[in-house]
Amino acid sequence: MPPIVKIEDLHKIYDSGEVPVHAVRGVSLDIHQKEFLALMGASGSGKSTLMNTLGCLDRPTRGRYLLDGVDVAQLDKNELADIRNQKLGFVFQGFNLLSRTTALENVELPMLYGKRKMSSKQMRERAMHCLEIVGLAKRFDHMPNQLSGGQQQRVAIARALVNEPQVLLADEPTGNLDSKTSIEVMGVFQKLNEQGITIVMVTHELDVAHYCKRNLILRDGVIVRDELVQDRSIAEIELAKLKEAETAAKLLAAGSPAH
Amino acid sequence: MPRRLLQFLLPAAVGALMIALWYGIHAWLSEDLRFLLPTPDAILGAFREHGAELARATLNTGEGALLGWLLAVAVGFALAVGLSLSPLVRLSFYPYLMILQMTPIIVFAPILVLWVGAGLKSVVIITFLICFFPLVVNTTQGLISVDRNQVELFRLYRASRWQELWLLRIPAALPYFFTGLRIAATLAPIGALVGDYTAGSSAGDGGGLGFQTLIYSSQAKYPALFATAAVTCALGFLFVAAVLALSWAALHSWHDSYERNDQ
Ligand SMILES: Nc1ncnc2c1ncn2[C@@H]1O[C@H](COP(=O)(O)OP(=O)(O)O)[C@@H](O)[C@H]1O
Ligand SMILES: [Mg+2]
Repeated sequence: MPPIVKIEDLHKIYDSGEVPVHAVRGVSLDIHQKEFLALMGASGSGKSTLMNTLGCLDRPTRGRYLLDGVDVAQLDKNELADIRNQKLGFVFQGFNLLSRTTALENVELPMLYGKRKMSSKQMRERAMHCLEIVGLAKRFDHMPNQLSGGQQQRVAIARALVNEPQVLLADEPTGNLDSKTSIEVMGVFQKLNEQGITIVMVTHELDVAHYCKRNLILRDGVIVRDELVQDRSIAEIELAKLKEAETAAKLLAAGSPAH
Repeated sequence: MPRRLLQFLLPAAVGALMIALWYGIHAWLSEDLRFLLPTPDAILGAFREHGAELARATLNTGEGALLGWLLAVAVGFALAVGLSLSPLVRLSFYPYLMILQMTPIIVFAPILVLWVGAGLKSVVIITFLICFFPLVVNTTQGLISVDRNQVELFRLYRASRWQELWLLRIPAALPYFFTGLRIAATLAPIGALVGDYTAGSSAGDGGGLGFQTLIYSSQAKYPALFATAAVTCALGFLFVAAVLALSWAALHSWHDSYERNDQ
């Protein structure tokens, strides 16, 4: 099978400022279906720039980018937007949910646009299904301010899934979350990945990257390391361990004699 | 003592103290100056004497205030949407809005009387002119200060400008809009009063509180003048209370400034 993402000698130079910034300096990369990839590297190493290019949000200065076999450089603005909406889903660090709007309506949002014609009942069912996938179906009518950070991010993931993308792109999806909630979100990603969705995420936390299958390290706009994760963490197991430890701590606290 | 009780008792105590002070000052004034500060019971007497007149005037002023305020809301909101469309539009129109805001209403009044005649129409227009600026400025600010990430998300999903306005910008602007609405609500009765004072008419049943103020002061009916002031305050309170209730109803379910207790 051909790779879903293929980039060859990609460069990105920002020359809007006084000095041009060479943010990505010749990256070549194949990502195949069902891969689960973490992009790591220091701040300013070009991770977000690379992700924006993968997401067709920004055009490369030089190099080729084939998304599912289509050369992105040949597309005009509208075609680019179409391919983006068909093939890609986006998750952000700040969850970017609409605050006046329930979880379900937030998930429905991407379906309101574009050409796809669907009845509102169909949209509702589709959105509900995506909320089920992330385990939040019961909270469909909650407003974002009634949900925890982890729950909000899961709603955002459901929103990214609603157009049935092949690739999920996530720039620091756990950046605003505590460690336990991060594991829960990684669990959602692992489940999605098992169902066949390709995931590319940016993180600077090593233990978060350890839930992925493949780790890339970027330095000064160049890939300096690309390796498969050995002995990767499984969110379900880690969460069970955490729960066990919590229960043990509680028992201990309850069992200790009162002074 | 429970807080609730204090909340009620303390203002009541202060009020009683002020009334006592009031009577004290009245008694302390020499006989020929006492008319300057009528006692509360004299003011109540004025209410009894001029009740029907005051009620009618209050209704008239209330009508002018409400209509002018509503007009300001409608026009202000539409103008804010227009201004939010682009920085160029704002640059072009803001100076004129400022000039309009800077011109004292008093100088408009004779012109308005010339154009539309004294009476309700003039009162409504003057109220509108006073209310409309804070509404436009606040609403525009709300419409343009929406989270950039959200805007990018909408563009990413190819939402239309219309969807962006309706689903993103207007909801985000609501808290700002209600701030403008509240400011306008405190200004509306004042605007109607000033309008009535400068461009009102007693033709038919048309006189409002501003007009009564003129009459009572020219007739030296000072307790009635104080009663008119009290009624004006009450009208202002009514307006602000209505807006606060409205804004609570619109915002409490989702906005952070109203915390929700249910899970
Ligand atoms: N829009 C932009 N205009 C100019 N320079 C930019 C822009 N975006 C990023 N950069 C620069 O490109 C480099 C890489 O940034 P980025 O891709 O955001 O790195 P990371 O996400 O790894 O922190 C940085 O030096 C940054 O300052
Ligand atoms: Mg970044």
